[in-house]
Amino acid sequence: MSVRNLRGAAAFVGTGLAGIGASPGFTHLDLLGLAVHDSLEDAGIPLAEVDGLFTANMANILPTLAVGEYLGIRPAVAVGTNTGGNSFVDHLLWAAMALDAGLCNVALICYGSNARTGKGTPPDAPPYEAIYNPREPISSYALAAARHMHVYGTTRAQLAAVAVAARQWAQRNPAAFVQDPLSLDDVLKSRMICDPLSLLDCCLVTDGAGAIVMTRPDRARDLRKPPVYLLGCASAQSHRQISQMPDLTVTPAAISGPRAFAMAGVRPGDIDVLQLYDAFTINVILFLEDLGFCKKGEAGALVASGAIAPGGSLPVNTNGGGLSCVHPGMYGIFAVIEAIEQLRGSAGERQVKGAAVALAHGNGGLLSAQTTAILGTAATL
Amino acid sequence: MPHEPPSAPGAEYEKYLKSGALRLQCCTVCGKQIFYPRTLCPYCGSVALEWRAASGRGTVYSATTVRQKPERGGDYNISVIELAEGARMLSRVEGIPAADVKIGMPVEAVIGEANGAALLLFRRMELP
Repeated sequence: MSVRNLRGAAAFVGTGLAGIGASPGFTHLDLLGLAVHDSLEDAGIPLAEVDGLFTANMANILPTLAVGEYLGIRPAVAVGTNTGGNSFVDHLLWAAMALDAGLCNVALICYGSNARTGKGTPPDAPPYEAIYNPREPISSYALAAARHMHVYGTTRAQLAAVAVAARQWAQRNPAAFVQDPLSLDDVLKSRMICDPLSLLDCCLVTDGAGAIVMTRPDRARDLRKPPVYLLGCASAQSHRQISQMPDLTVTPAAISGPRAFAMAGVRPGDIDVLQLYDAFTINVILFLEDLGFCKKGEAGALVASGAIAPGGSLPVNTNGGGLSCVHPGMYGIFAVIEAIEQLRGSAGERQVKGAAVALAHGNGGLLSAQTTAILGTAATL
Repeated sequence: MPHEPPSAPGAEYEKYLKSGALRLQCCTVCGKQIFYPRTLCPYCGSVALEWRAASGRGTVYSATTVRQKPERGGDYNISVIELAEGARMLSRVEGIPAADVKIGMPVEAVIGEANGAALLLFRRMELP
C-alpha cells in the first residue's frame, strides 16, 4: 500500500472556546454553539460556508444531526465517528481527506459538554420535545405522511401498495423474515399506531447483521466473485427533529440523489433496480420523488400502479425491504448488500434480469440524513 | 479568550413560561424568530439574540393521533405548529378530540405544565 500524500493538504484557520469551567443551565450544544461562533469569527468565515461537520459527544447517539440542526447547517460531509476522547484528533484525518478530495471546502470540528453542571439527561432526549410524549420514530414519519396526503392527495391505499409490493418480493427471497400473503385490505385494516400509519405501514423489528468488504479495483479483479463498483455516493442532512424539517414532504434525498447521480455519471432512467430504505411505507414514496423517479406528489399513483412490485418497470426493495425482510433498527447495510446481490446476478427467484446499475438509498434519524449510493457492474465502468 | 456565556437559553425560556409570558428568541441581525432556544442564530450564525414577546398564534402544519389504550390515558394529538412569526415547534393541540385536529387549523398557545415543568400547548382558535 502506498499512501496518497495528505501532508500539508489541510490547514487550521480558526479556533474558539466557550464556557470553560462551570456554565450552569447551558446544554452541551449551547456551549458548542458559542465556541463554533468564535472559531468562525476567528477565521473570518461565515457559518453558511461550513459544508463539512466532524463532531462526537456522549450525549447524542446521532451527533452530526443534533449539532447540524442546532447550528442550522446542512453539511455535504458529516462524520460522527466516536472512538472516545481521541475522536476530534482522528477527525483531522477524515477532514483532510474530505478537503483534499473536494468533498467539502470548510471543515468544522467541534465539541461541547456540560459534564460539570448538566443534569446528565439520557442520550438524545430532545429537551424541547420529549415533554410532549411523541411516539418516536413513528410519530415523526406519521406527521410527514399526513402532510404528504394533505398537500398531494396521497391515500392510505397508495401507502399500503408499498407494503404489498415488499411482501411480494419477500415471497421470492428465502431469507426474508415474513412471507405470508398480504393484501391491500390487510394493511388498511391493521391496527392504527399513529394516523395515518398502521402497524403494517411500519417496518419489522428483527435481529440481523450485515457486512461488506471493499478493496481497490486492482485486487478486486482477482478475487472470487465478480466485482461490483461504487460509481457514486453522496449524503445530505437537514435536521434532527421533525419539527425542524423545512418541508415535511421533501427529504434531503433531493440533494444527495442529484449529487450521487452526477458523481456516477448516470440518470434515474439508467437505474435497473432500487433499494430504498423503507422504515415506513411513506419513505418509498418520498424517496422515489426526491431521487427523481417521478415528479413530487406523483409517487402514490406510481406505487399503486404496481411498478415497484415483481414484474413492474421499476423494481424496488427486491429483498422484501425493511417492511418484510429484515429491520434490526439500522437497515442501510442491507440495502447495499441486496444491490450487490442483484448486480452479481445471484439474487435467485427475485433476480432483476440484466441488472447493471443499482441504487441503494439510506435514511437516518427522522428523515433527517440521507445517503444515495449508485453501484455498477464492471461493464458500467 | 473563551466565550463567556450569556444567560442560559433553556432556563430563560422556562423562566418566561413560568411567569405566564410567552417570549421566544429573535435574531437582531436577520430578524428571524428562533425555536428551540439556542446560543446562536441557526439562520445566520449571529449570537445577537433577544427575547421578544410572541403572539402565540399559529397554524397546524401537520398532525397525528398517537393511539393509546383508554386505560393508559387514551389517544392524544401530536402536531407540528407553525407560529405566526415563523418558527416551528412540536406540541399538542388540546381541548378537542385528537382526531379533530386538522392541518391548517388556526391555534393559539396556552401555558401548561407537565412533570413540574412549564410547557407550551395549543388550543383551537375560536373565530370572533
